[in-house]
Amino acid sequence: MIDIFADVEPMVFKSGINVPYSWWAGETAERFFLALRDDKKIMGTGCSICEKVFVPPRKVCPLCFQENMAWVEVSSEGVLESFTIVERQLASLPRKAPVIFGLIRLDGADTSILHYIEDADHTDIKIGMRVAAKFSDERSGSMHDIDCFRPVR
Amino acid sequence: MPKKRVAIVGTGQTYHKSHRPDVNGQELINEAVKRALQDADLTIKDIDAVVIGNMDHFEGINYVDCWSVDGSGGIMKPVIKLTTGGTTGSTLAIGGYQLVASGFFEKVLIIGWEKNSESDTTGAITTAFDPVWDRLVFAGAISGLAAEAQAYMAKYGATEKDAARVSVRDRKHACNNPHAQLRREITIEDVLASPMLADPIHLLDVCPRTDGACAVIMANEDCAGKITAVPDWIWATANRHKYTYLGDVNWGELDSLAGASREIYAKAGIREPKKEIDVIELYQPYSFAGIIWIEDLGIAERGKGAEYIWSGATDMGGELPINPSGGVIACNPIGATGLIRCAEAALQVMGKAEARQVPDVNFAISTGFGGCMWSDMLLHGKRKPDF
Ligand SMILES: [Zn+2]
Repeated sequence: MIDIFADVEPMVFKSGINVPYSWWAGETAERFFLALRDDKKIMGTGCSICEKVFVPPRKVCPLCFQENMAWVEVSSEGVLESFTIVERQLASLPRKAPVIFGLIRLDGADTSILHYIEDADHTDIKIGMRVAAKFSDERSGSMHDIDCFRPVR
Repeated sequence: MPKKRVAIVGTGQTYHKSHRPDVNGQELINEAVKRALQDADLTIKDIDAVVIGNMDHFEGINYVDCWSVDGSGGIMKPVIKLTTGGTTGSTLAIGGYQLVASGFFEKVLIIGWEKNSESDTTGAITTAFDPVWDRLVFAGAISGLAAEAQAYMAKYGATEKDAARVSVRDRKHACNNPHAQLRREITIEDVLASPMLADPIHLLDVCPRTDGACAVIMANEDCAGKITAVPDWIWATANRHKYTYLGDVNWGELDSLAGASREIYAKAGIREPKKEIDVIELYQPYSFAGIIWIEDLGIAERGKGAEYIWSGATDMGGELPINPSGGVIACNPIGATGLIRCAEAALQVMGKAEARQVPDVNFAISTGFGGCMWSDMLLHGKRKPDF
């Protein structure tokens, strides 16, 4: 067998394919984002059967599989259910490390949302602490309309 | 041999549209699931497992089996994803069939879906081709089909007008199907005057891009007859893959469909498919396939496909209607498309096809087709299989 790689580098073919995506939010998510953008309100949907309140809102209760869901406003404050402090800067990380990812169960909701925790002393941060949303000054209708959650002092 | 015989006991579809800004993917899926459960008079609690699929790269969501549970009802159930390109929907049906036939699951919910409006279809489909060889030259889906049409025309003298007759048929049939996306009749002149995309394929020769979902519930022989008075029994399934590179294809014939159909006919003891099959839902993404592939199915002799189409035999009211639903040319939510063929064949057998019903269907065929000329096929029957 001739060693083809004795004198040349193994060839590599790089992708030139670009697949752009655009996802429809749908009526249910759109209603959430409009309330967030225009009124700084965080809305969930509550199931008439299991009485759970879902944030993000669901059109159909994933547990009861039924569509009788009522809109309810939940608090912009809640409890930190879990978190991690990301120390290593990765290319896919939108903010500068260290970054704190938190799972926040807002008062009035039965599920948690994922967001950043900022303005928190890394040694003090713990599960069960109270946090509050800091809304962005410029809001365009996305999860970034909440800039982050901060400890309630 | 299956451990259990398997039947379709319920189907559901969305009203397919070019785009559905009002719902996200899970919500779209839920519409089809809800209708299938209603059709079978079952609840999500009755379902033992979920099989779901869509096209790789179309919505850019990789773990659809998990991500979709809000809509599929798969929370705390076994869920698997199958994706095989254009054949995704028919592979879902075959996979669901095998799960029930194995005896491991009694009732399985099968879901195919696509939000074509959320992606660049051509860019995504191009990822199906080999990155070192074909992909540097070739893009999208239509060119490969055009190469097939060119080869067939050169061999047998078929014309663009022959192909246009197939588009006219399917678009006419689609007017009877409230779920189809394109529900307006067209003429042969319309087809020939529509823009040329890739010679010889005109715009009206090919399928549209569609947002839609389809759900099918399969059950084993122990409960199928209790769920519905007329189940659609799955007699046989077959699948054939053949090529890695585009240059390896036997252009002008679809060997994979020929192979799959012969396996099915042998399993079911069908000797004269043209006489014994009552209706076909053919995954036919462009009009020329309506001529070529019926030859591979053994319905028309080699080179005689166009003659058979012009005779009207495949129109509603003909001896072997093809695509009473309007087929893929009228509607193509790709990950759902193969499963829609299966669901439509089931509706024909169950006698639930309403304005598009073919009378007295004992045997129906549904097929799936994918990119580099591969095929799936299912045989549906009113009678419980002997084996
Ligand atoms: Zn509920």
